[in-house]
Amino acid sequence: MGQLSGPTDPAADAHWEHQQQRKGFFTDTSICIGCKACEVACKEWNHNPQDGNLELLGSSYDNTGALGASTWRHVAFVEQGQERITEARKSGRALVSLGMPRIGPPATAATVDLAEADTTPPDTADFRWLMSSDVCKHCTHAGCLDVCPTGALFRTEFGTVVVQDDVCNGCGTCVAGCPFGVIERRSDGTVKVASKREEQHAEHPTVPNVGIAQKCTLCYDRLVADETPACAKACPTTSIKFGDHDAMVETARERVADLHSKGLTEARLYGANELDGVGGTGSVFLLLDEPEVYGLPPDPRVPTADLPQMYRRAGMAVAGMVAAAALAFLGGKA
Amino acid sequence: MVPEPEFTSYYGRPVVKPAPWGDDVAAYLFLGGVAAGSALLGLGGQLTGRPTLRRNARLSSLTAVGFGAVALVRDLGRPERFLNMLRTLKLTSPMSVGSWILSAFSIGTSVTAVAEIDRLSGTRLPLGPLRTLLQAVEGPAGFEAALFAGPLAAYTAVLLGDTATPTWNAAHEELPFVFVSSAALASAGLAMITTPVHEAGPARNLAMLGVVGDVVATRVMEHRMDPITAEPLHQGKAGAMLKWSERLAIAGGLGTLLGGRHRVVAAASGVSLLAASALTRFGVFEAGLASARDPRYTIEPQKNRLAARRAAGITGDSITTAS
Ligand code: SF4
Ligand code: SF4
Ligand code: SF4
Repeated sequence: MGQLSGPTDPAADAHWEHQQQRKGFFTDTSICIGCKACEVACKEWNHNPQDGNLELLGSSYDNTGALGASTWRHVAFVEQGQERITEARKSGRALVSLGMPRIGPPATAATVDLAEADTTPPDTADFRWLMSSDVCKHCTHAGCLDVCPTGALFRTEFGTVVVQDDVCNGCGTCVAGCPFGVIERRSDGTVKVASKREEQHAEHPTVPNVGIAQKCTLCYDRLVADETPACAKACPTTSIKFGDHDAMVETARERVADLHSKGLTEARLYGANELDGVGGTGSVFLLLDEPEVYGLPPDPRVPTADLPQMYRRAGMAVAGMVAAAALAFLGGKA
Repeated sequence: MVPEPEFTSYYGRPVVKPAPWGDDVAAYLFLGGVAAGSALLGLGGQLTGRPTLRRNARLSSLTAVGFGAVALVRDLGRPERFLNMLRTLKLTSPMSVGSWILSAFSIGTSVTAVAEIDRLSGTRLPLGPLRTLLQAVEGPAGFEAALFAGPLAAYTAVLLGDTATPTWNAAHEELPFVFVSSAALASAGLAMITTPVHEAGPARNLAMLGVVGDVVATRVMEHRMDPITAEPLHQGKAGAMLKWSERLAIAGGLGTLLGGRHRVVAAASGVSLLAASALTRFGVFEAGLASARDPRYTIEPQKNRLAARRAAGITGDSITTAS
């Protein structure tokens, strides 16, 4: 059993002989334009079938909804007014003043005094549109992988988390094990098509991998060929950056310090702290508001971190049950 | 104590995904418990010379575990690959550990039950020379099944606890005690239905111990859980099931205590206990799924615990950082 929580190198923890750097994304939501090229490129490359029923969800420009078995990149759209913007800047500033211990070498620009900073939003004063391309976090301690009984989920040499389609039996344990709501079991996948499009879609390709768990592989098939994942390759703004995990975290730190120095105190990192509940994530994000605004959990914790305690409690319960049964036979008549 | 800012979410959509498990899995939680408790009663009957209790408990155990296993396999996305469960033993996966427990338990329980069936049929099963072997291993098999009975009853609590499903995860400390108690009272209830009162004394004892354990453990669990994540245990369908579960458990326990030596009262109490156990399992199961569907149960407790840690001066372990 590998390490269950805390900082670690996941690939080494999974007993890979170390040849590869850990790979990851840095998704900088401050420069995302919401074009969804990443969603499309992901679907195309990975042959993921249509999700949902081509309906409008009434959530700004987001008609995808959420990450799922057939949606491995999901662009969130949030529309905010003045009040919420002010709050985001306040919560961001509060984070700065918490004085969190820095990990790694200090970034140079981080020492600016933010109390003096000009906090007038640069573009629109009273409205903003947040766009963020979400993806599997490729957690250092991945709940999905820990609880998978078949070994279908495994840790690659790049430190990422991937499902082996031919091993998974669709038990669904991983779905409940993920603190980020990413992985999902693919249902029948037979898409109900809006009647007008019937002809266009009459010949849907058969849906692959029905009944098994599916999620982002960080384009494992591309990584082994030394290629960039499809989403990062397609992103026109470099909002999605791909590279060695260390470099990604470093870039993220520089970027957030840069934004802070421009007075954008709402900027913050998500997943860059290896002391957090999942040991840090392979996909790091720069957000402009609290994580829950984007549908991300504010304090995720890999459930397996508490597994030793759970087994201990279960052991006590077993002892209690056996003692009760013994007592029932030995202890007088009822 | 902890200031609660207004709760925001992404268009009210869930943050975590509920397990894609249907009623089959809830039924398995119940049947696995019945099988486990019955194996313990079977061994007790074997050791204390109660042949009817022994026979009935062994047959009940095999029946319950058989239907339970079928329910589990049916719930898989790819049932034809159910054997993949045994392609590795993974300690970090309660589902893996549980599959091995279930397999080991089933071996012992099947041997004892086949031995009983053979006796019932007047040794007419076409066993040939295997009969001598069967009779030789029957006793040890009773021990083997009983050895894995407790783990079979308890691991399902770890299976639910070791998830990001808010209500299940928050219940992880006490859920094993609730589940073993529920298993004890259900199997005892079944034995009180199947077995004449003069041999069912230990079943009555176990039923009453189970009821006390079940009621106390459930109350302690609800009390120690984060109040927000405990909410789904009291609301809607899950809330109703758990309320009735407690009522039926107490009714069954009282019936056992006061009238357990009357065949009819004993059987009625047994039915009440079985229903109580089924409702406990379905209630806990349903409450967890409901907690995953509503983002509030993921976001609010997490924000609260983060704020509490920060208030206590622990600031280094947040996933959100300024640098
Ligand atoms: S985000 Fe979820 S699916 Fe992705 S690695 Fe982490 S636990 Fe697994
Ligand atoms: S559904 Fe597949 S990947 Fe998920 S836990 Fe089960 S076997 Fe593992
Ligand atoms: S491709 Fe890049 S810019 Fe376009 S939505 Fe995706 S992350 Fe944003």
